Amino acid sequence: MPGLSIYTQQTVLAVPKPMSLISPWRADFPGILALAAEGQTYLDSAATAQKPQAMLDALLGYYAGGAANVHRAQHLPGERATRAFEATREKVARWLNAPSAQQIIFTRSATEAFNLLAYGLEQRLQPGDEIVISALEHHANLLPWQQLALRRQLKLVVLSLDQHGLIDLAQAAQLIGPRTRLLAVSQLSNVLGCWQPLEPLLALAQAQGALTVVDGTQGVVHGRQDVQALGCDFYICSSHKLYGPDGVGLLYGRTHALEQLAHWQLGGEMLLHTDYSSASFRPAPLGFEAGTPPIASVIALGASLDYLNSLNASAVSAHEAALHSQLITGLQQRQGLRLLGTPTVALVSFVVDAVHHADLAHLLTEQGIAVRAGHHCAMPLLQGLGLSGAIRVSLGLYNDGSDLQRFFSALDQALELLQ
Amino acid sequence: MSLPATAQTALQAFSACPGWEQRARLLMQWGDQLVPLSDAERIEANRVQGCESQVWLLAERDGAHWQFRTSSDARLLRGLLALLLARVNGLPASELAQLDLPDWFAQLGLARHLSPSRSNGLQAVLTRMQHLLDANDQGAARH
Repeated sequence: MPGLSIYTQQTVLAVPKPMSLISPWRADFPGILALAAEGQTYLDSAATAQKPQAMLDALLGYYAGGAANVHRAQHLPGERATRAFEATREKVARWLNAPSAQQIIFTRSATEAFNLLAYGLEQRLQPGDEIVISALEHHANLLPWQQLALRRQLKLVVLSLDQHGLIDLAQAAQLIGPRTRLLAVSQLSNVLGCWQPLEPLLALAQAQGALTVVDGTQGVVHGRQDVQALGCDFYICSSHKLYGPDGVGLLYGRTHALEQLAHWQLGGEMLLHTDYSSASFRPAPLGFEAGTPPIASVIALGASLDYLNSLNASAVSAHEAALHSQLITGLQQRQGLRLLGTPTVALVSFVVDAVHHADLAHLLTEQGIAVRAGHHCAMPLLQGLGLSGAIRVSLGLYNDGSDLQRFFSALDQALELLQ
Repeated sequence: MSLPATAQTALQAFSACPGWEQRARLLMQWGDQLVPLSDAERIEANRVQGCESQVWLLAERDGAHWQFRTSSDARLLRGLLALLLARVNGLPASELAQLDLPDWFAQLGLARHLSPSRSNGLQAVLTRMQHLLDANDQGAARH
């Protein structure tokens, strides 16, 4: 990968603060407490987050109170389930500041949302058209476009990164051109942990009349996002990283952008009318929610959003920032350790000279430290750095300074054995 | 089925192992004893797919007996591979077919390394080993 450095500047560091950061929200998450009681230090929230009690209650409450399908039945249980299901759509719209709940489509995962876009937009793209992504995209925001490009003889253009892991804007200005039909970029890399310069990037694409897709899977978890202020055509994220249940992805679309999507998965209640030989389909959102949706999970996501809404957002951000800063400071003090790019939020990926990431992961696991090792679903990014893998430590709002302390002590023990 | 001598040694060493640090040191010692593969052998055709670390596995048949050679770029995995070879090498094909390898690693206190989580390569190595044996059987059946 031209540009991106894995040699973060080693700075002379002040005496580290004592690791006394306490999360006031930790007790709201039975999962983190259960793991801690089992001797597991969970630092893999970028893969999936632990869930608040309020979400568990909503999940159980729905099933225990009587399950029913949505959008189909006139009976009371069906009406109640539909109302709760649609209430989450309203909550998601408010959470993202979408103009209307009708602009939120529930999918089975963020990955499915990307696939929906790639198949839904396929017929609008002509051979020679260009799709622009960046070098740091998660496989979910790479493979659907890569394969679409192969199906339709499109050109997939990949934007490079600078030494900090940010998309190179000067190069982007050269590469985003009149043939660009779509730009799909991540807001916050799941490997590099830095906010991308979306505003100028989206402006470049919009100046060419291209559609814009933002992968908010990590970004939505670390600070409130405003899709209207962003001005993107589509915004994608998932529930399970946002302290909600798994099995739910979220796709926001501007109304005119949603109207460009062809219907993709077919069946169930997504249609207006059908006979044996033809059918007409509903518009978004229901026309893109074929089959029985993950009803319980959608309802429980509403409870997670209510819970998150009840927190002091600036206190959460401050806590996460303090944890992240302790994490960086501690890592920079270790000999031979290099950070990938310049992470500023949520997570840090690193490698250690002459130590295989799999060996380090093995010994961290032996000591009850749950971090991610490997290519983090961004194989080309790691290959570009000449790395077969890296260790990633990622934070949730429930992590304490003591989690980091346990991680550092395990890291030192592991390195002592391996170096 | 009697345990080969090196397997017996491994079992004694690992079952007497008091903690994770000791176990890691032992694994690295066993890994260091693996006969290295040449560059010509560390090729794509010998690579075990599905491992996050690079692993190569070669099988050779000497009459009724099998000999495997293997290596990895990750040290602790090399240790696990050495323990695998200690159990399988030199066995006749008939005995190899009946061997319960997950049980072998369980006896060593290393069962966790056969978890279905893809981060570890050992399961993929066992699958590849079986594949090599099956391919040989089919080849033999055709002759």
